[in-house]
Amino acid sequence: MKETLLSPPHPLEKRVLTRRFEYPRTEPVWIDEYLATGGYEAIRKALAMEPEAIVEEVKKSALRGRGGAGFPTGMKWSFVDRKSPKPKYVVVNADEGEPGTCKDRILMGYDPHRLIEGVLIGARAIGACRGWVYIRGEYREYIEIMDRAIEEAYARGFLGASVCGSGWEFHLSTHTGAGSYECGEETALLESLEGKRGNPRLKPPFPATSGAFQCPTILNNVETYCAVPDIILNGGEWYASLGTPRNGGTRLVCLSGHIERPGVYEVPLGMNLLTIINEIGGGVWKGRKLKAVIPGGSSSPVLKADECDIPADYDSLAKAGSMLGSGATVVLDETTDMTKVLARLMKFYAHESCGWCIPCREGTTWLKKITARLEEGIGSERDLATIDQISQNMLGRTFCPLGDAAAMPAMAIVRKFRDEILDRIRQAEMFAPAPGTQPLAVL
Amino acid sequence: MTFSPELEAKFAKMIGNYPPGRQKGALIPMLLYAQDEVGAVTEEVIDEFARRLKLSRVEIEEVLGYYTMLVREPRGRHHIQICTNISCMLTGGQELFEHACRTLGIGNKGKTADGQFSLEEVECLGACSWAPAMQVNYDFYYHMTPEKFDRLIESLRKLQ
Amino acid sequence: MANMVNLTIDGKPVTAPAGTLLIDAARQAGIDIPAFCYYEGFSVQAACRMCLVEIEKMPKLQPACAMPVAEGMVVHTDTPKVAEARKSTLEFLLTNHPLDCPVCDKGGECELQDMTFRYGLGESRFVEIKHHADEKQWSPLVFYDPARCILCYRCIRVCDEGLGVAALGLSYRGVAAEIIPNKGDHLECDECGWCIDVCPVGALTSGTYRYKSRPWEMNYVSAVCTHCSNGCKTTLSVRNGEIIRANNRDRSGLNGEFLCVKGRFAFDFVHSSERLQSPLIRKNGKLEPASWSEALKAAAGRMRESIERNGRIAVIGSTRTTNEENYYLQKFARQGLRTSHIDHHRSGDLITLLDALGGRADALAATGDLYTCDAALVLGADLAQQQPMLAVQLRANWRHHQMAMYVISEGPAREDQYAARSLRAAAGSETERLEELRDELKARKNLVVLYGASVKGDAVRRLVQFGDSLGIPVKYVCLVDYANSRGAMDMGLLPHLGPGYRPVEIPGMHLDAMMEAADLDLIWVVGANPLKGGRRFAAQNAFVIVQELFLTETAAQADIVLPAMSLYEKNGTVTNVCGEVQRTKAGPKVMGTKSDLEIMGLLAAQLGLELGVPLPDKVFEEIRRAVPGYGVPLAVIATGGAAQTKAAAGAPGLEAQPELVRSAGDTLFTSGTLGKYSRKLNEVMEAPGRLFQLQVP
Repeated sequence: MKETLLSPPHPLEKRVLTRRFEYPRTEPVWIDEYLATGGYEAIRKALAMEPEAIVEEVKKSALRGRGGAGFPTGMKWSFVDRKSPKPKYVVVNADEGEPGTCKDRILMGYDPHRLIEGVLIGARAIGACRGWVYIRGEYREYIEIMDRAIEEAYARGFLGASVCGSGWEFHLSTHTGAGSYECGEETALLESLEGKRGNPRLKPPFPATSGAFQCPTILNNVETYCAVPDIILNGGEWYASLGTPRNGGTRLVCLSGHIERPGVYEVPLGMNLLTIINEIGGGVWKGRKLKAVIPGGSSSPVLKADECDIPADYDSLAKAGSMLGSGATVVLDETTDMTKVLARLMKFYAHESCGWCIPCREGTTWLKKITARLEEGIGSERDLATIDQISQNMLGRTFCPLGDAAAMPAMAIVRKFRDEILDRIRQAEMFAPAPGTQPLAVL
Repeated sequence: MTFSPELEAKFAKMIGNYPPGRQKGALIPMLLYAQDEVGAVTEEVIDEFARRLKLSRVEIEEVLGYYTMLVREPRGRHHIQICTNISCMLTGGQELFEHACRTLGIGNKGKTADGQFSLEEVECLGACSWAPAMQVNYDFYYHMTPEKFDRLIESLRKLQ
Repeated sequence: MANMVNLTIDGKPVTAPAGTLLIDAARQAGIDIPAFCYYEGFSVQAACRMCLVEIEKMPKLQPACAMPVAEGMVVHTDTPKVAEARKSTLEFLLTNHPLDCPVCDKGGECELQDMTFRYGLGESRFVEIKHHADEKQWSPLVFYDPARCILCYRCIRVCDEGLGVAALGLSYRGVAAEIIPNKGDHLECDECGWCIDVCPVGALTSGTYRYKSRPWEMNYVSAVCTHCSNGCKTTLSVRNGEIIRANNRDRSGLNGEFLCVKGRFAFDFVHSSERLQSPLIRKNGKLEPASWSEALKAAAGRMRESIERNGRIAVIGSTRTTNEENYYLQKFARQGLRTSHIDHHRSGDLITLLDALGGRADALAATGDLYTCDAALVLGADLAQQQPMLAVQLRANWRHHQMAMYVISEGPAREDQYAARSLRAAAGSETERLEELRDELKARKNLVVLYGASVKGDAVRRLVQFGDSLGIPVKYVCLVDYANSRGAMDMGLLPHLGPGYRPVEIPGMHLDAMMEAADLDLIWVVGANPLKGGRRFAAQNAFVIVQELFLTETAAQADIVLPAMSLYEKNGTVTNVCGEVQRTKAGPKVMGTKSDLEIMGLLAAQLGLELGVPLPDKVFEEIRRAVPGYGVPLAVIATGGAAQTKAAAGAPGLEAQPELVRSAGDTLFTSGTLGKYSRKLNEVMEAPGRLFQLQVP
């Protein structure tokens, strides 16, 4: 008997994406249940619409990419030239690698047909003939769930030679990754889809012009596609109204870290960050005090406790010097060792850097080495200045945003927790590995 | 070289999922599934895929070295992957990993002498809200503690 | 005509065709934007980030190598922000790059050194432990040091895009990313070494040059490669009279930075211990060392005897001596020895082509035409093996301009990779399949046809007829094998045709007839090996004089052997397969040898012959005056350029003798006599190579 990953519902949640499943459910919504709960109504409606109208509706919804970049989805879809003689493709980014993020597995694991339906609507909007769900390799069980749901959809005529009997042919299959965070970057994902290393591509051309197999492609996060069926059914304006201006709809927030009730919850865009943490999340665990919050995945600059009283939407977080990102909210209590957090994050980026460009390849490694040394207490004030300068030299200069993703958190931590890190250096004890273990190597 | 009938059928289906002439798209999934069956991406597997997909050896090696889940040497029967990234670190993931090292007597990317267990410190597994998280092969385990870990190892040891 | 775009760079107004990359537009305007990974002619990587510049209205710095020019664009390459970006990129690069300069071959010609001096910080703030991986040897000729590698990917691109070999790839990631060879731990490739020379740092080093010298200790001599007929410029790095290495880093000549394994590595035959360094005279049945004066006197004396008693004299010339030497030799033979029996090893039926063209000299293609033509047709040749520089030009044409390639050959060739159509036909029957290509070819704008030795005689006539019937401009290249095969024909080392293909009054014996003539009195062999493989002259009693570099089979049968120089040791000109004449300069000196021209001059002096001053410049002057088609501008030759000759303009009714045309079938790894004595060429695992069989998967 599998355990449930769902949390008991909270009254402040607004359950749109997650309305078909509830705690303590363990099994996905298979096709019969999906159809009985209004499933595949949206694609039927979309098939009767003009493709341009579909895109318009998504534009009106103010839906923004839920993978991290937050780019307006309707606008992204409008960049595809439907009249291009090349085949058009739809790709789902289910790489879910941003540390702190665990929501796409919930959507695929419990309501796989919702994703398929969202993909179908996107495909219809651009005139696509084929799509792939790129799922990270570690998510084997979700690949299997998606495979089974896709099989069900084929069997009932929602995929294949004639979707819903419309005569339009569309095929969908899953595609497994094999361990690379960089493959969550859209062009690196496309390279991986083509059987190559996850090195990003030069932009322009953008995927809307030259994407999967050099054909026009839309590529969005799982959650983004999952929002689309309800947008079509209830209208873009309705969806927009759930959130704040230019930040429409609801989103899945992943609460983790030092929090009383970690889990994945659905909230409207713009709900106050502290409300999410204290009300829905039950506040900091063990009765401790809040020290800091990483609001949108490890790449988002950390917010000190006194900076968290803000609406959680794309624009407000950007204004606060951070980002909504993937919606992964990691809570840090008063006992958190920020030097350790910094070192672990830098280790992550150095490990995941694809190595293509100089500033990221060398910069992330350098940051890793300095911060690992600082974690051992060996360092000086000059190191903090160096970290800041390395980060600034990476920002905006790398080939893809992974460089920024490493630089921004580094800068935020050394600036906001400077004194704590300096204290640590001054009071350091030498790190002594416990007997019988191999110390985590500092390269 | 041939794989099991089920895997061959899967490969045949997979290759059809990509546009004509672009079967190279199937390479990474095929490598991973082949590895699941054979244990590692061996020289034989490389040659076989080069032949089937009409690729050069270099094209396959480029991919083999890049993706962390693809390996050239077989790992333990139970490959334990413990996340120590931010959410798991905050809830005890690092201590769990150190405990695993001590208990199994091996380090990161090590394998026990009897080949039963191998251990890897991994990056975020996307299970952050149920941290500390780990995987054994493809199975997820959530809310792990050193005690739960010990019980799990014992039960795995008992498997035939 | 492309649209022109106006932009401003550093306050300077610049105009460039639409589609030009900013980095190129800047360079053309005299503004240097530094870059490691950008390499003209190959795909854009934008990986090194050295070329980041400020463009107004764009918030982030932009890579100039990936930015096409736009109307009204305002670019700044010299602001503090740009300077800071360059400093930081170099600082990043130097964090893991080892401080190997004292022991690294590249020191003194290293782009990283140069850039660090020009754009870098004075100090680095990096105090951690550098990432390290050990150096690897991938072949006898190629070493790779991952620690030094800056991952610019030039090597991968020249091998994959440039050659179509794709023996190099990129594996692992982050700082552990490194270049990998195609066979796991070693390379199986063309061993051309292009990767080594494009490498901006000392990550890829030459197995023959390692630790031998510093770039400023050597003199650089502009030579033309002495192996195949393509006429690549090879710059010899010479120190104390010895060739230490060969490359073409100044990107001059027809070949740019490309050289095949022979041009880059197979110079070591020059310094082989088996070089003849003393004249030899047969005494009592054995070849004994003798002085030059003794040998020359004996040779001249015997020549005089032959002339006086009207003995039949046969002269066999060389495919690797200079034009000057060839011209002088045929003059010596015809005027001095009064013989018409002159020939050489012919490897391409040019004569039938010239006859069939009936004087249309503009129907002969220059090397540049291979890069600009709309379509190319190759018959009976494995270009990558036999004409590597031509193969690179054609491939670049396909890559940049989508040129359509058509192949008709007896087996697979590397051109099949990108050919529009690839047909198989047994050697000699290639022209039988021409009709199948008619429709596709006549739809193209123009065509260049290249044909190998198996297409000769009537097949060449059919080919020209076919070309004429297409209704589009067609140019031809008659493929020949050796460095001066074309020059040997042009200068009249033929029994029936004098210099410039003018028929002689009384034709002499051709090579096969010479081999079988039992009554020859004297045989003079210059730089050729007709007795290869154990053959014998029918004229057992003939007196044989041989000028040669090594004790070949022919030299071993000689009565007098005179030690000659290789092309690298001489001044003179040679003519490549496309009829382009280039000057080659003398580099090393091997004790005891003399150039063929000097030897002939000394013999002529002894015989009292008036053949003109035996100095290369003087002979070339006469060639320019006297040989039809060779009236080329001296300025072009003198400044190291290639000038196309106009062969046989207006010479009809040429007798072809196609049965004499035979290719020796050399591959990338063999080169007649010279290749045999190149240790480096024979050491690589790919030697001896095969034709018409795909070797690199």
